[in-house]
Amino acid sequence: MSAATATASSGHGASQAYVTLMLGDQLCGVPVLAVRDVLAKQPIARIPLAPPEVAGNLNLRGRIVTAIDLRQRLRLPKRAPDAGAMSVVTEQGSELYALLVDQVSEVVTLNTADMERNPPTLPPVWAENSRGIYRVSERLMVVLDVEKLLQIDIGMAA
Amino acid sequence: MDDLLPEFLAETNESLAELDLALVKLERNPEDQATLSLIFRLVHTIKGTCGFLGLPRLERVAHAAENVLGRVRDGELAVTPDVISLVLAALDRIKAIVAGLASTGAEPAGDDGAVIADLNRMAAGEAPSRQTAGRPTPAPVEEAPQPPADAQAGEGPVGAQTIRVTVEVLEELMTLVGELVLTRNQLLQLSRTQGTTAFSAPLQRLSHITSDLQEGVMKTRMQPIGSAWNKLPRLVRDLAQETGKKIVLEMRGQETELDRQVLELMRDPLTHMVRNSADHGLETPEERRAAGKPETGRIMLNAFHEGGHIIIEIADDGRGLDLDKIRAKALAKGLATEAELAVMTEAQIRAFIFRAGFSTAAAITAISGRGVGMDVVRSNIERIGGTIELASTFGAGSCFTIKIPLTLAIVSALIVSAAGERFAIPQISVMELVRVGDDREAGGGARGDTEAGTAMAIEHIGETPVLRLRDRLLPLVSLGSLLQMEPAAVSETTTVVVTAVGSGLLGIVVDEVFDTEEIVVKPVAPILRHVTMFSGNTILGDGSVIMILDPNGVARSAGVSSRSGPGGSAAATTSTSGSDERVALLLFRAGGAGATYAVPLSLVARLEDIPVAKIEYAASGPVTQYRGQLMPLVAMGAGSRFAAPGCAAEGEEPASQPVLVFADGERSMGLMVDAIIDVVHDRLRIELGGGEVGVLGTAVIAGQAADVLDTGHWLTLAWRDWFGGDRPATAARRRVLVVEDSDFFRQLLVPTLSAAGYDVTAAGSVAEALRLRDGGLVVDAIVSDIEMPDIDGFGFAQRVREGGPWAELPMIALTGRGGAADESRGRDAGFTDYCQKFQREALIESLRQCLSAPVLA
Repeated sequence: MSAATATASSGHGASQAYVTLMLGDQLCGVPVLAVRDVLAKQPIARIPLAPPEVAGNLNLRGRIVTAIDLRQRLRLPKRAPDAGAMSVVTEQGSELYALLVDQVSEVVTLNTADMERNPPTLPPVWAENSRGIYRVSERLMVVLDVEKLLQIDIGMAA
Repeated sequence: MDDLLPEFLAETNESLAELDLALVKLERNPEDQATLSLIFRLVHTIKGTCGFLGLPRLERVAHAAENVLGRVRDGELAVTPDVISLVLAALDRIKAIVAGLASTGAEPAGDDGAVIADLNRMAAGEAPSRQTAGRPTPAPVEEAPQPPADAQAGEGPVGAQTIRVTVEVLEELMTLVGELVLTRNQLLQLSRTQGTTAFSAPLQRLSHITSDLQEGVMKTRMQPIGSAWNKLPRLVRDLAQETGKKIVLEMRGQETELDRQVLELMRDPLTHMVRNSADHGLETPEERRAAGKPETGRIMLNAFHEGGHIIIEIADDGRGLDLDKIRAKALAKGLATEAELAVMTEAQIRAFIFRAGFSTAAAITAISGRGVGMDVVRSNIERIGGTIELASTFGAGSCFTIKIPLTLAIVSALIVSAAGERFAIPQISVMELVRVGDDREAGGGARGDTEAGTAMAIEHIGETPVLRLRDRLLPLVSLGSLLQMEPAAVSETTTVVVTAVGSGLLGIVVDEVFDTEEIVVKPVAPILRHVTMFSGNTILGDGSVIMILDPNGVARSAGVSSRSGPGGSAAATTSTSGSDERVALLLFRAGGAGATYAVPLSLVARLEDIPVAKIEYAASGPVTQYRGQLMPLVAMGAGSRFAAPGCAAEGEEPASQPVLVFADGERSMGLMVDAIIDVVHDRLRIELGGGEVGVLGTAVIAGQAADVLDTGHWLTLAWRDWFGGDRPATAARRRVLVVEDSDFFRQLLVPTLSAAGYDVTAAGSVAEALRLRDGGLVVDAIVSDIEMPDIDGFGFAQRVREGGPWAELPMIALTGRGGAADESRGRDAGFTDYCQKFQREALIESLRQCLSAPVLA
């Protein structure tokens, strides 16, 4: 939350930098200040009985990081088994979480005034986890709400 | 005492600094209850420690200040600048004395009469004394500088050889060391492929230093709990002298290592609790003698690891908690209404003692008893994520069980694999490893590599796998299936990790066992906390992340109840239920799967072989004509030929059907089984609680695992109204109290007596029965076992006859052994009649006679 609102004021109006990433065909963005690390494909240890969104644990330089598969989280079709997943590591309440995404690309700086509200027709799972929409070079970028993404309903777990 | 002084000084100086701030804050904000409690606690702690260290001046001043604060906390005194000034003045005096103490190592001489008198006047509610509160201060100022001037010894005992480092710094160090270890491991891996190079020697050295460093950093955090306990014997001794009691303190598990931070936070609560036990828990020698206990009271401290936790038990054999007193107190303090109290369980009522401002001690002493103790204890324990539980029997003592999570500790763990994933099991709960062949094919091939040397094989009771380990039945769970993982390739042999859970044993079936490794337990992420089977996770030397299993969590998930006695010492007795007496047991096979069942022979009326041709089908199921009546037949298990009409008569059809006939008065029912095996005489010890319907549990009978039949279940299947209904449709049903320590016999007696038309209340011990009596239970007759632990049947009869509402009731003794001598002893003790166990008819007849007599009279 605090990272998301941290803005840098430049010449005209506030702007914010986002790490862009791909989930299926959808371009998404995460505030750059919320990102601690970007990792290439990592060995992930499965956790039995964990909620389906939890892909497992990975070891980031001696710290245990819980990996959340954003495809599962956002009800997207599963990734092909051989397709590599990159992760965006974020911190919440002194715990580290790795958000598994298909691809991480560049960092873009956008003018906060250009952020548009979620269209009301957005599917609920996206609407819940999106802070707003930007137009980035002819494409739409969903700004992911990291805090919401990490609120996984434990009741859904078996 | 000398080695305690520096610690006391450091602690007290910190508390004093904190108090200054808090008092000023309170003055500005007189309604701030949290600050007030904080102040009160700090002063209380100072007072307590002073008393224990033998610092009378400090103790008197602190005690007087605490009195004033106590009145403020109870709302009897308003927070005025006068009050604050007075307390601050007392604190200044304390500081002056502490300063003198620091420089000379002893309390400086001086008179605190004026300060104490002011404080006492204030506490007594008299108008603020004429002296302004500021005036008492000059006195200490005169004295305080004096001692340092005298002190030629120089620095005195304060200059301690320690520095305080924040836990964050240690945590950071630990993380860095972890990373260093992993990098070192990678380097070593690389160098192995390179052969000997110029780097090899320095790398070896680096490796050693890394290991030492890791050990060193870990050591900074760990301390044996004994270091927090070594003050206690002295404390208890002093308390014993002060209160005139005889107390021994027993300590076990001193070497149990605790994280330093956890230990620090546990120090005060432990002291408080031991003090409470000595002051409130234990009785005076006279009271103890009157209660028939040894004069010397015992306080027991015990610490041990259990699963991912450290358990600390503080038990005493004193008077226990008086629930009625607590109820009254809770009511008086307005903590609960009468209606609320009425529906509370005993445990909930006991929990009141953890509330702020609650103390059951009638008199406030200098030792304890302002209701600070348990409140502080609980908040300290909860701060480190622990729990505290209390078990208490009125008259017999109390036992506090503190459970602290092991989140920061380092444990040795066994690394195992199941379904292709690796897991760590804390070594502390691993009792042994047993290699077993799979299922029944393991004749002599797969040999257990334990000292037993016999072939070990997993047996099945129905679907439930069990292992017979040195004549004990070991429940098994498969880790892979419990964790809902798809099984890996079937391996030739599996290994059973025998773990201690609660008070029993549980075998965890794993595919492979690797090595033991020292692991750093890290807590699991919050979104995984609901998976109670894991107590944490860890990173292995090779960098992989694995989960740490909590055997207790595994047991819970598998539905194995880990029954643990309130004292925690009942391990040996609670794991087996049933009786040591040998009884005749009928063994038979049923259910089609070849599972063996057992039932006490005395419950079976007859064994019959009924020609299959004589089995007919009524709408309700199979029946047969038996002695001129229709007898319903019930099939055991789905595998039986008559389970459902559809699957009847498959393959070769035997000419007759073995049936166990259970009869009761005019009625009878037949239980169809596959084959009757044998009648054996053996002890009936039910070792596994039954998960299956119709089965009480599993026992080893004649060296073989067998399920013990719950006859009550099958009887009701045949006649829904078997128990109750239209039976003796006489006036009011009579209530019978059954006192029997064996779960098994109790479970047999209750349906038997219900079947005979009585309402039955069961008690597992004499103490429980007497509690029921004192609770106002109205019964018409009592049936009691003779051989019972603690108080036996004779003792029970005497107590009942001594007086009270049950004094005139008929009492029937149940015994395994007969004999005229025994019987007359029973009659002398007050029993009306004497029956052999399992002589159903005799018991029911006796009850009928006992109960009809007074009615006719």
